[in-house]
Amino acid sequence: DQRESAGQTRVRGQAPGQSQSPAQHLGHPRRAAQAAEQLQHGPYQPHEPGYGLDQPEFSPYEDEIPDPKARMLAIQNAKAYLLKTSTKSGLNLYDHLARVITKILDEQPENTADIIENISKDVKWAQFRKKMDTLRDEHLILPTYEAAEKCKALFVKDRVGGWWEGKGEREEIVGPPPLPNVMETAFYFEQAGIGLNKDESYCIFLSLKNLVNVQPILTCRFWGKILGLEMNYIIAETQVREVEDQEGGETGHEREEIYEEGEREMDEDEPPKSTYKPPPEIPREENGAGTNKYVYFVCNEPGKPWVKLPPVTPAQIVCARKIKKFFTGRLDAPVVSFPPFPGNEANYLRAQIARISAGTHVSPTGFYQFANEDEEEEEGDAYEENPDFEPPPVAEMLESLAAWAHHVKIILKQGRCVWINPQKSDENAEEEEEEEEEKDEEGEGQQEETGPPLLTLISEDAGIKSIPAWTAQASTNLIPEYCIAILQSNRWPGAYAFASGRKFDNIYFGWGHKYSPENHSPALPPPAQAEYPIGSEITETVDPTVEEEMAFKAAQEEALAGDDEEEGEEDEGDDE
Amino acid sequence: GDAEAMEALSLPRAGRRAALSASLPLLQPTTASSGSVWGCIQGVRGAYYIAEGLGPDRAAARSRLYSLNCLDWSLLTPATKEMLALAEQLQGRFQGDPSFEYDLAEVNAEASIVSPQPVMKEEARLIATIEQIDKEVGIVPRGAFVKTPLGSVHENRHFEGLSLAEAKKLSSYFHFTKPVNLKNKTLLEKADLDPSIDFLDSLEHDIPRGSWSIQLEKGGTVVVLRSLLWLGLTFYHVPMTKQFGYVYFGTGEKNLDLPFML
Repeated sequence: DQRESAGQTRVRGQAPGQSQSPAQHLGHPRRAAQAAEQLQHGPYQPHEPGYGLDQPEFSPYEDEIPDPKARMLAIQNAKAYLLKTSTKSGLNLYDHLARVITKILDEQPENTADIIENISKDVKWAQFRKKMDTLRDEHLILPTYEAAEKCKALFVKDRVGGWWEGKGEREEIVGPPPLPNVMETAFYFEQAGIGLNKDESYCIFLSLKNLVNVQPILTCRFWGKILGLEMNYIIAETQVREVEDQEGGETGHEREEIYEEGEREMDEDEPPKSTYKPPPEIPREENGAGTNKYVYFVCNEPGKPWVKLPPVTPAQIVCARKIKKFFTGRLDAPVVSFPPFPGNEANYLRAQIARISAGTHVSPTGFYQFANEDEEEEEGDAYEENPDFEPPPVAEMLESLAAWAHHVKIILKQGRCVWINPQKSDENAEEEEEEEEEKDEEGEGQQEETGPPLLTLISEDAGIKSIPAWTAQASTNLIPEYCIAILQSNRWPGAYAFASGRKFDNIYFGWGHKYSPENHSPALPPPAQAEYPIGSEITETVDPTVEEEMAFKAAQEEALAGDDEEEGEEDEGDDE
Repeated sequence: GDAEAMEALSLPRAGRRAALSASLPLLQPTTASSGSVWGCIQGVRGAYYIAEGLGPDRAAARSRLYSLNCLDWSLLTPATKEMLALAEQLQGRFQGDPSFEYDLAEVNAEASIVSPQPVMKEEARLIATIEQIDKEVGIVPRGAFVKTPLGSVHENRHFEGLSLAEAKKLSSYFHFTKPVNLKNKTLLEKADLDPSIDFLDSLEHDIPRGSWSIQLEKGGTVVVLRSLLWLGLTFYHVPMTKQFGYVYFGTGEKNLDLPFML
């Protein structure tokens, strides 16, 4: 409708000056239609809203004031209108809109058109807040602050001395004070280019001091640092004074379970009872012997509390040999692997520590000697320092690996340092020699495992392919008088040892994995268990062929005939 | 600052460090600027110390040098495609002797690949390994480098460091190599990027997920990223400062067991 189109112009102006004003045709639809027909050209149809706007006088802008000065005046009028302050709130629209748009452009929220009203309200509300807050800015507590606090706590001198000092009256404390001189060791390792920076070493020193004060520790040593994904582990190797009975480790004796099926009913449909007996669990070594000779404490960072690691069981070591997993840094993290690891990260960590210690803890040959010369070497677990030890010169330590010896017993395939016959553990307390012997014969006949004796020279360590097990280097080639000998393990990358005169130490910095030149392939699942014994009763045999059947039939008939004859003879015989 | 951060990692011994600081500035005629330490690849019988010289255009090929004793440096030729392909087949430790020759015949027989050369020198393997490490795990923080419209890459003098919150996120670090994934981003993601600083791949989408370990050390003063694919690559950055860098200190072997270990 032409009237509607005129009404849509923005500023209501005078009616378009046409010869025949369409308004005149208001009451006369026929004449309006005629007038409309005159305007046939153009894209719009008479009934469409844009109709007629392409005519020079009909365009929407025509109605506006054409002359520029007047346009400026109109703009100013509009702006003045917007700047008019509201009588109620004292705000004016111009400033408010400016603030809203500024805020939107600064923050660039999503779906602005939907929340524009809320933004407008927020801006208005912000007007009534005083610029000056009575609240002070609270400085964000940086995590560095908390860490520094913990670190500082390390530096506070204890009022209470070490546990051994207090009890000096009642008990005699044998041996040197347990705290190791971490800084001295760090100095030597720094010569080798290994180690943490001085600050961290010192903090570790202080946290070890705390550890020694809290726990009843006889000897203590900084074992090393194992890196993890989220956090790292700092590990201390200690010997703890046995204060009470061993805490509940699994004894492993009663682990043999026979699978039973609920209540047994004498039903024919009852499935056969499983005769599966899991292989007997190998008991772990006692605290203080073999793999559990030392107790390990870990913490994530110096300043955090020390956590004692549980003793290691042979099953864990055997499984740890088959898997390769990164440590996450949390002791309670599960270890998801195949074969399934019996334990969580704390157990895996302990198992790896045991393997690394057994594989890489070395000392200069002759530093330790067997405590009891008469004992057989396989049994000898006790060693002591040799008072007559003469440290060989550094050059000799480097040249031949025979100058170094392992002082930790090697872990056998079984997972222990001392082989044990697993059949023994099945029995009750009343063992008798005869029973043992019988079982030995019936049992699986496991071969006793032996490993190299305790103080083996490391020159006998097998290398991997063409790589020797150890690399020896001097700390510096330029000053031979003061250089120290450094050993790097190639089997456990990250394990180092140094020796200088009477001083030596071992340390580990690394991820906690053994080096293997081949890629790791996880163990395959074991073959499916046999459901039933395959014997002749249930094995299907091939049906005999026709010829075989005929032959068999013939043979049978012959046999029958023969029998008849025999019977006949016997009858005759009997008759007699 | 720099030295402290690097001390958090284990580095060449005191004697070597002193030798490095004495000999690296002498590299200036060879490289455009004074050399900086790239890292150390440990062989069985010796270690290679690697330095690199950085020119003003970081996108250009970098000159690399190696030394066995931190004093005498030899320039390494740039890596070629054949070197890279051959080096990927070699496994095992570096020997420590640059003229050692790897027998490729065995390796080729196993992999049934025909190659023109029967042997590969350890030096070539070294070149290829360094190139691979840089390409796969060489990282920089976001905003540290800008790309000019002409294509050259410069240090961003206005880079003030990542904030602590940004520093903990993998998306704030980029691989400093030709981007592979950039074009695959959706338009929506690209809208938020700034083409002058977001011209590299970020670490977020690295496969396998979790192949980077981020840790805040010293209570958050230093953020350390360690690569699990190339064990030994350590990147450090002090948030809110310009300090960052990475070094490689390891055996030069790729950790192909990574998927099993995560």
